Amino acid sequence: MNLPLELSAKKTLLNFDCETGNYHTFCPISCVAWLYQKIEDSFFLVIGTKTCGYFLQNAMGVMIFSEPRYAMAELEEGDILAKLNDYSELKRLCSKIKKDKNPSVIFWIGTCTTEIIKMDLEGIASKLEYELDIPIIVARANGLDYAFTQGEDTVLAAMAQKCPEINFKQDHLVLTLPPSLILFGSVSDSVAKQLTLELQHQGITVTGWLPSKRYSEMPAIGEGCFVCGVSAYLSRTATTLMRRKKAKLIGAPFPIGPDGTRAWIEKICAVFSIKPKNLEEREKKIWKSLENYLELLVDKSIFFMGDNLLELSLARFFIRCGMKVHEIGVPYIDKRYQSSELALLEKTCSDMGVDFPTIVEKPDNYKQLKRIRALQPDLVVTGMSMANPLEARGINTKWSVEFTFTHIHGFTNSRSVLELITKPIRRNLSMQQLAWNSYSLLI
Amino acid sequence: MKLAYWMYAGPAHIGTLKIASSFKNVHAVMHAPLGDDYFNVMKSMLERGRDFTPVTTSVVDRHVLARGSQEKVISTIVRKDSEEHPDLILLTPTCTSCILQEDLQNFVFRASLEAKADIILADVHHYRVNELQASDKTLEQIIEFYITKAKKYQTLPQGKTSHPSVNIIGAVCLGFHTQYDILELKKICTDLGIDINLIVPDNAFVDQLKYLPKAWCNVVPYRETGLLAAEYLKKEFGMPYICTSPIGVVETAKFIRELQSILSAMGFNASFESYIHQQTKFISQSSWFSRSIDCQNLTGKKAVVFGDATHAAAITKILSREMGVHVSWAGTFCTYDASWFRGEIASACDTILITEDHSLVADLIAKTNPSAIFGTQMERHIGKKLNIPCAVISPPVHIQNFPLSYKPFIGYEGTNQIADLVYNLFTLGMEDHLLELFGGHDACTTVTNVVPADNQISWSKEALLELSKIPGFVRRNVQRNTEIFARKKSLSLITLELMYEAKEFAEN
Repeated sequence: MNLPLELSAKKTLLNFDCETGNYHTFCPISCVAWLYQKIEDSFFLVIGTKTCGYFLQNAMGVMIFSEPRYAMAELEEGDILAKLNDYSELKRLCSKIKKDKNPSVIFWIGTCTTEIIKMDLEGIASKLEYELDIPIIVARANGLDYAFTQGEDTVLAAMAQKCPEINFKQDHLVLTLPPSLILFGSVSDSVAKQLTLELQHQGITVTGWLPSKRYSEMPAIGEGCFVCGVSAYLSRTATTLMRRKKAKLIGAPFPIGPDGTRAWIEKICAVFSIKPKNLEEREKKIWKSLENYLELLVDKSIFFMGDNLLELSLARFFIRCGMKVHEIGVPYIDKRYQSSELALLEKTCSDMGVDFPTIVEKPDNYKQLKRIRALQPDLVVTGMSMANPLEARGINTKWSVEFTFTHIHGFTNSRSVLELITKPIRRNLSMQQLAWNSYSLLI
Repeated sequence: MKLAYWMYAGPAHIGTLKIASSFKNVHAVMHAPLGDDYFNVMKSMLERGRDFTPVTTSVVDRHVLARGSQEKVISTIVRKDSEEHPDLILLTPTCTSCILQEDLQNFVFRASLEAKADIILADVHHYRVNELQASDKTLEQIIEFYITKAKKYQTLPQGKTSHPSVNIIGAVCLGFHTQYDILELKKICTDLGIDINLIVPDNAFVDQLKYLPKAWCNVVPYRETGLLAAEYLKKEFGMPYICTSPIGVVETAKFIRELQSILSAMGFNASFESYIHQQTKFISQSSWFSRSIDCQNLTGKKAVVFGDATHAAAITKILSREMGVHVSWAGTFCTYDASWFRGEIASACDTILITEDHSLVADLIAKTNPSAIFGTQMERHIGKKLNIPCAVISPPVHIQNFPLSYKPFIGYEGTNQIADLVYNLFTLGMEDHLLELFGGHDACTTVTNVVPADNQISWSKEALLELSKIPGFVRRNVQRNTEIFARKKSLSLITLELMYEAKEFAEN
């Protein structure tokens, strides 16, 4: 088979820059908020301090009150000074969790503190797993190493290692089974179904998702399996699946926007040597249904401050919508894992005849604000700590975290993405007759 | 280790950041990993701040872990100094810096050589104090720093203001109704003919702090933040202070009388009795309300109270003394202030609860089964679960506790505010009971059936399941739109795919 799986950083026309890393983003432990909902029989224990707890309880708002399947193992001074024994403390807490909530799996989320005091979570977990008779998965989703959505990546990478083994290379299996395709990335059940259906139209069967709805339904992965990611921030998971599970990674652009979804499907089809059917028409039809939104976006300029790693895919989609992108701030780029997305971004810029945007890794928010002041973009995608102050200075903003908490994948949800991004523009349409546009003395 | 789902008071650095960003032109530099600057989000969202929160992180990452911060903290401080020109930079330790044990004081010393701003290391320990204690400590620390500085340079103004004046200490951002409370406190002072010398930290410049001793006395409206500073000023300058929170009719009068006796002792002929009388009987509606037959209905009703020490104590006293409500138990999460709290409300409730454990509070509420709860956002949610009405009277709070309209808890307008809060709560409770007794609102059969009546179109099992997952209030719309879509396409079976397709081409 001729498999275009080689991921290498190609020569590119895109401009990459790297700043100081002084930017605002969510702590990666925030991933428990969506993962505990996705994996219905799980329990997430965040082993950290009051700082972590305070962030979770404030960032997750009302969710915290609905008897969530997550909690803090709050470290006290005794734990830090090693007066208390980590093993027996964790055993005590996990026994209680098992008794009260009876989950099928407990995730331990390691934090900055467990890193600094070098708590041997993996070692303790393997002992306790046996003693308490419950699987324990350790993910180090800490702010020392990762930003926001990368938290999910650390969890999925840890989960991948626990997936049941299967070897498709063994002769008898090769003869009887079609190639297995497993998609990775946490999306809602509806979105998972939608993407699965899209592939089914092309005659491709999705054999499983990582993560699945329940821990007990984790897909078997092994040599000969094909895997494909749905989001840009899953590079560790991809690496783990390739190196530890010997799966073959299909490096595709991500299925965000009609253009991305089509390219994603095409890439998967190419790997399975299938000629895509009706795909072009499908994409065209979706674009047609988005016309009302496109009218609002054409020729508008946009600036991504960067905090959730979705920026590249969104920018590529918006350029295709006719927007001009000044800057794509992004916490981290894995040029190998994201090579197809980067290539599509480059191609999109050429197709649309726009300048190549600057991609700024580890941005510096202070410097970005200076650039925003100079460029006066029509729209800034940013975190909540800067959204209100920018609005007060007459700059339209879209709160970036909403893209993480909205269904954005696939043809079906392209509309939701544009719904979000046009919101400030539509608000302006309804308020433009009002005389006040700036709320600050400092512009 | 402690298994915790929720906490009442945040970590120490939040208290320090609250103080720093309440002053004008003070910048905080946090020594913390990426993502710990969540305070900026809260400030910008809850208070709907129009300005950038003056908090920057000196990021602790892998490299810092391996080699120490080295020049990083210093360069961040120096950089902020040149970019923002603050008067003061407050280096703020977090739980992370607490265990890294780097010599932050040394960084402060070295950065001071280069920066124009004053630089202080906030003296707070993550594992020993919480948010409230840290804000108290940091405020004292900053005040002491500037008083000492003024003494050193002999710029400390001498003597008192000619006319009686007070300082208000503890007006901190992200506080519970604080901005309205301070306005109300100012109004009382104006009414009494007393000047306000300084309000701190509330948008004050640090250079103004040296004028603090010119006031005749200090007022600390909330015991959580400001007591240490008031104690310091008393020790240093013999300044008397009042820490009676003027919340409720009785306590407001007590507050004014304390002010009267302090000023009298200092030689000002103050007589505020007629003011108290006038306000209580004719301006505040609350005292008349207690007498009215509305309030009679509240007599003996069972309530529970939980919150920070200031608000829980004040509300407990109002309920039992001013409204005849029976407070079964009252509690606080300010465990470090337990003895004051006990002393204050011993006669106003049956039992006193001191705990930081919200599940204990929830259990007790369920056991007590009161007619109303007065608590924090957490108790509001407990109340929702148990179907007991709850008024939020204390932090921690959500964005709805940062109202746009004027809603003080302090002073005479505050008493009206609280009376409304209490009254509405119980009335609603009563309504609920009546509704239950008489079988709810006019019984109308709400159609919750998802199986369509139109028998020309059928739904596949999968599609039906998907439909049932859509929230109730839009489900019927989705159902109708999908069926219209199917009819247009002359299809009689709605599959999952068709549903999604209908969504894709839905006309807005």
